Amino acid sequence: MSERKNIFSLENEKELDIAWCPGCGNFGILNILKKALEEMEEITPNNFVLVSGIGQAAKIPHYFKNNAFNGLHGRALPVAFAIKATNPDLYVVAESGDGDMYGEGGNHFIHNMRRNVDITNIVHDNRVYGLTKGQASPTSPQGMVTPVQVNGVILNPFNPIAVAIANGATFVARAFVGDMQNTKEIIKKAIRHKGYSLIDLFQPCVTFNKINTYAWFNEHTYKLGEDYDPSDKMQALQTAFQEDKIPLGIIYEEKGKPTFEEQLTIYKQNKDPLFKRSIDVNKLEGFINSMR
Amino acid sequence: MNKTIKEDVSIVLSGEAGQGIQTIERLLTFILKREGYYVFATKEYMSRVRGGSNSTEIRVSSKPVKSYVDKIDILIPLTKSSVEHLGDRVNEDTLIIADNDSLKLENKNLFNVPILSIAKEIGNEIYANIVAVGVILGLFKINIKTIEEYLRERFGDKGEKIVSDNIKAASEGYKLGKDFSENGEIKIEISANETLKDDLLISGTDAVSLGALAGNCDSIFAYPMTPGSGVLVDLADFSKNFDILVEQAEDEIAAINMAIGGWYAGARSMVTTSDGGFALMEEGLSLAGMIESPLVIHLAQRPGPATGLPTRTAQEGLNLAIHAGHGEFPRLVFAPGNLEQAFYLTQKAFNIADKYQIPVFILTDQFFVDSYYNVKKLDLSKIENKKYFVETAEDYKRYDLSKAENGVSPRGIPNFGKGLVIVDSDEHDEEGHLTEDLDIRIKMVEKRLQKYDALKDDFVSPEFFGNENYKYLVVCWGSNYNVVKEAIENIDNKDLAMLHFSQVFPFPENAVEFLVKAEKIIDVENNATGQFAKLIRAETGIKIDSKILKFNGMPFSVEELTAKIREELQ
Ligand SMILES: Cc1ncc(C[n+]2csc(CCOP(=O)(O)OP(=O)(O)O)c2C)c(N)n1
Ligand code: SF4
Repeated sequence: MSERKNIFSLENEKELDIAWCPGCGNFGILNILKKALEEMEEITPNNFVLVSGIGQAAKIPHYFKNNAFNGLHGRALPVAFAIKATNPDLYVVAESGDGDMYGEGGNHFIHNMRRNVDITNIVHDNRVYGLTKGQASPTSPQGMVTPVQVNGVILNPFNPIAVAIANGATFVARAFVGDMQNTKEIIKKAIRHKGYSLIDLFQPCVTFNKINTYAWFNEHTYKLGEDYDPSDKMQALQTAFQEDKIPLGIIYEEKGKPTFEEQLTIYKQNKDPLFKRSIDVNKLEGFINSMR
Repeated sequence: MNKTIKEDVSIVLSGEAGQGIQTIERLLTFILKREGYYVFATKEYMSRVRGGSNSTEIRVSSKPVKSYVDKIDILIPLTKSSVEHLGDRVNEDTLIIADNDSLKLENKNLFNVPILSIAKEIGNEIYANIVAVGVILGLFKINIKTIEEYLRERFGDKGEKIVSDNIKAASEGYKLGKDFSENGEIKIEISANETLKDDLLISGTDAVSLGALAGNCDSIFAYPMTPGSGVLVDLADFSKNFDILVEQAEDEIAAINMAIGGWYAGARSMVTTSDGGFALMEEGLSLAGMIESPLVIHLAQRPGPATGLPTRTAQEGLNLAIHAGHGEFPRLVFAPGNLEQAFYLTQKAFNIADKYQIPVFILTDQFFVDSYYNVKKLDLSKIENKKYFVETAEDYKRYDLSKAENGVSPRGIPNFGKGLVIVDSDEHDEEGHLTEDLDIRIKMVEKRLQKYDALKDDFVSPEFFGNENYKYLVVCWGSNYNVVKEAIENIDNKDLAMLHFSQVFPFPENAVEFLVKAEKIIDVENNATGQFAKLIRAETGIKIDSKILKFNGMPFSVEELTAKIREELQ
């Protein structure tokens, strides 16, 4: 283990010009994710791909040493899906902000759970749009005043946990960056989970969200107890709607459901990723000739 | 009434969606081709699943036929309204074969054939279309055994009863058709040629899909949109025999991002769509431009704006394909003119995309993808696929400037070699990390645009047809290849030639010598503004005054284009 320490850190780490505001919750996520990966012997910077969209959160791959695809706003999931589906040997994590995943990327959020592709989706949920300077995000609390929602947010907040459970996601968790140990364990379990896993990860935006601060999250969250059974879907749904005290932990987990790639005929006989394969021209010739 | 049709016959079947017109089209074309005829088939249809008026035109000839004609020699209507639907195309020369006890048409060239009652006698009205097939094949006096064999192949898996009922329906129709022929009422004199048996009979959709397979395409991500979806359906069908990952995305935005993700992981991915779907893919196209991802896009055009005429044809997507995406980055646009080109260019598209790390378009249209005709054996011995990604070393940098040749840096993929592969939609440094350093920005823009020069090595030249010493040059692109060629053959004037572009962008430089030699250039396009003529002006400074434009959703017919080009020669 010790020799794996810092394997996900960049050589010139100290000189990195990180674009996040001092005190931002994103720093904590970066550290936790690195630690989680370092503790997972099966993962290396080479067989791991971090995919993100656009936003402050989405810059995270740049502060890491690993393969990375920093794509378009809202589009991390289709990219992550295709990387995993075309090369199942890779570990794939799609990571971005709540605006990115639930707003711009809402359609992909819904449909990638249905695919149950074996990727992990970590959403930095700061309940605000950071990079574009503080407009409401889908998870912003009602009443929150922003430069756009000048009289306070009217819209009902999006409930990613309930949506994910209802939509067939097989691993649904909530975490808070202030709770490092717990969050790290959840990340490890999510990555090891076979199938799509969601972690809605609370991250205070110290610049634009004056409501959901570290203190607020500390006060309004609690850890699910040892006795909590995440395989009970109905109980999980109820848990997803707890608002005054928000539960942290694995809220729902369904084991053994086949993943997208496990169901593909292309991998039934041959486990090779697609990049290793080539068309058999003789076979193709015979096939074309049969079209007479 | 006695009529003899020589050399080339145009047979049109028309009826409502759901009446099995497509089945007839397939049966007739395949059986006739097997019997050694040249065939061509194309359909026009309304955007609905039941009802409406649709038709399919089947040309049968002793010479190769590859384009659409207005004339209808023989019409088989399955509904009364379908005759009106065809308008002027039905005239005193058109022979109509119909079940007139039920249709009650008034026309002097009518052959009343009890198609429906025969079908009912066999046991089901649905056999009406097979009876009609029989009538036509009877006119050609095709060997009845060929018909039986084909029906057995086609319906064999549906059980013996279905096969024997189909054979019965076809034979009853066949007898009637043969009688018309033998008593001289309708005589078709077209010579068959044994050797055509070995020709392929494929559609534009098939040509693109087989070309993709030949180009080692291993994954397709698409959201259905007519007329692009045929390629998705074809590749799904081929996936029963070949290793292809086929995924129907939740929308076009997902599809293109998936395809780019696929290439990032070393796969060879494509998307297929139509103009409206591609409009949604624009941002993804820019992403491919920025991260220098290969990408293959099949864009089957249809009339716009917005959803336009969903099932009709157009060449209105040229500007879209050339200008789509924000910012400046290289791309290549192929617009195949015939089925062979569609096959070879699609195959080539995957290799060009891979070699230069750019998006490559295959621009077709509804008319193109929905038309069939005989194709000689496709030559796979010429097929060469090369995967251009490299095994990375530890110090690998995705956008290494020092290792770039003509703007192309070696492309690594994750977990193949010791290096890390980092790509970023923001401007980035050599490693792929985002940067706001404006000097790096200049270097990266120049690096990307440099590929335009490099691409010249792989330009596909326009195809010239006609007399070298021409005065009049017809320029066309994409699906107008065959119709322009046939019109020029009809006109048979030594001052006239054609130049067809199957690569429209970047504009092939060697086209200029052809253009400057002409006294008059005549541009033929299926759009209202002459998009290609404008492109020529922009790329070469040559102004084209004479344009023959059609944009009502139908392809040019041979007669129409022949007349229009003739006018231009006055
Ligand atoms: C198509 C598109 N629309 C809008 C933007 C501008 N934009 C960049 S980041 C962002 C919101 C980011 O919010 P979130 O995902 O919550 O991330 P955060 O910055 O809060 O970490 C928006 C709207 C964009 N880059 N692309
Ligand atoms: S804007 Fe908010 S979320 Fe973004 S870096 Fe600053 S504190 Fe963090």
